[in-house]
Amino acid sequence: MPEKTLVREIAGVRRSSLFLAVTLVQAALLGLCFLHAASADEAARPAVTRMAATVKTLGLTDLCLFTDASYTRHLALADGHAPFQEHPVSFEHFPAGSLAGPPERRGR
Amino acid sequence: MGAWVERQRSILDFALSSLLRRAERNIALLAVYTAVVFLLASTMFLLTALRREAALVLADAPDVVVQRLVAGRMDLVPVSYADRLRGLHGVRHVRPRLWGYHYDATRKATFTLMVPMETTPKEGMVVLGGAAARLKGTAVGRHLPFQTHDGSTRSLTVAWILSSESELVSADLLLLSEADFRAITGIPAGSATDLVLGVPSERERGTVAAKIARELPDTRSVLREDVLRTYDAVFGWRGGMVTVLLAGALFAFVILTWDRASGLSAEERREIGILKAVGWETSDIILLQTWEGAAVSLTAFLAGTLLAYAHVFFASATLFARVMKGWSALYPDFRLVPAVDPYQVATLMVLTVLPYAAATVLPTWRAATVDPDAVMRS
Repeated sequence: MPEKTLVREIAGVRRSSLFLAVTLVQAALLGLCFLHAASADEAARPAVTRMAATVKTLGLTDLCLFTDASYTRHLALADGHAPFQEHPVSFEHFPAGSLAGPPERRGR
Repeated sequence: MGAWVERQRSILDFALSSLLRRAERNIALLAVYTAVVFLLASTMFLLTALRREAALVLADAPDVVVQRLVAGRMDLVPVSYADRLRGLHGVRHVRPRLWGYHYDATRKATFTLMVPMETTPKEGMVVLGGAAARLKGTAVGRHLPFQTHDGSTRSLTVAWILSSESELVSADLLLLSEADFRAITGIPAGSATDLVLGVPSERERGTVAAKIARELPDTRSVLREDVLRTYDAVFGWRGGMVTVLLAGALFAFVILTWDRASGLSAEERREIGILKAVGWETSDIILLQTWEGAAVSLTAFLAGTLLAYAHVFFASATLFARVMKGWSALYPDFRLVPAVDPYQVATLMVLTVLPYAAATVLPTWRAATVDPDAVMRS
């Protein structure tokens, strides 16, 4: 056995062992992410229920994510053509308009 | 079995040594690859969490909202329309809803004014959403001046501030009494912004909407299912957010894989030639390259995915915040509930690890099947 390989094996740092150990640690951390997501979901359930109650009490229809334009603030209620009606010959220009896109709705 | 494992480990040892011989190039490659996976996984986690949160939170959104259209634009609804809908089969209640927007020129922000359907504030009082209170720099008991539709000023007292945990739905809200709302917006008595209908049976909502269209032809109905479908589409794979956030990352990944598939460097070809000359089989060389590709892609996938999880759920997707905020002056302060879909993680792994591994093996197979002398001389 070449001297260098022998030294590496004696020191316990054979490259494949190191790689496999790092990969296993990363895979275990990924597994922990799944466990964390499940426990966080359980812990957050009362807060989500309270938020849903707020939606019910106030009669809300939308998430408050994009407040820069009226048609992006209330995505569910806006017209597909609303961005182009803000003024004559108007073009959609709000950054949120590119992110949100037009609402999906049957009929008009 | 033991001999097979030892053979694989020896080849892995050799593959890792080979990668380390070109350390600078491979570290740069690993960094770019990890960054690409990080962007893809961050987008995936963010959209999955938002889609799930929207579905849970908006599950109690109004059953049916009826809007009036005039010349194709939303217009005020006469409250008398509510009486015409009350008799429809399946409709439990009809409530006129008052809401609208209020632009604050000083702070360059648009707030949502609303009269709650239950627990309405007393006249002269206002309830603020968390972001609205922060932007206005106010507190409970203080007075807030509002410019009304006719240019006069109406002062309201802050009754309370909505809980910060509901900011995802209430950040920009200003809740006030009907009298104050009409005084500020100028919406006359007898008119409302829209009508909210209670139709408990999900199966009847479509029929009710069709009846409303016949009874009130100048209106349109938005069902709760439409609301949920809108958010499912916005945060879905076909939504605009995906296009904006993923386009760059996907393009970078395609370039990365293409660069790998387009051929080997002279040094790599010479190494393959030498290995063949000293007795390595073509299958051994392909196995070696497979391990090299797997080492890089697996490390990049795992590191990128873990970093993305931390970014989205521990750092509130800081890197995407500018994109999400756009030109908004008001933005909710919220922390997403972690939601990880194993199917999506598996898909991400297949999409990022396999193309790269295949792109590594193909040119190697081409080089390894050529005569070693020709490979070393080329």
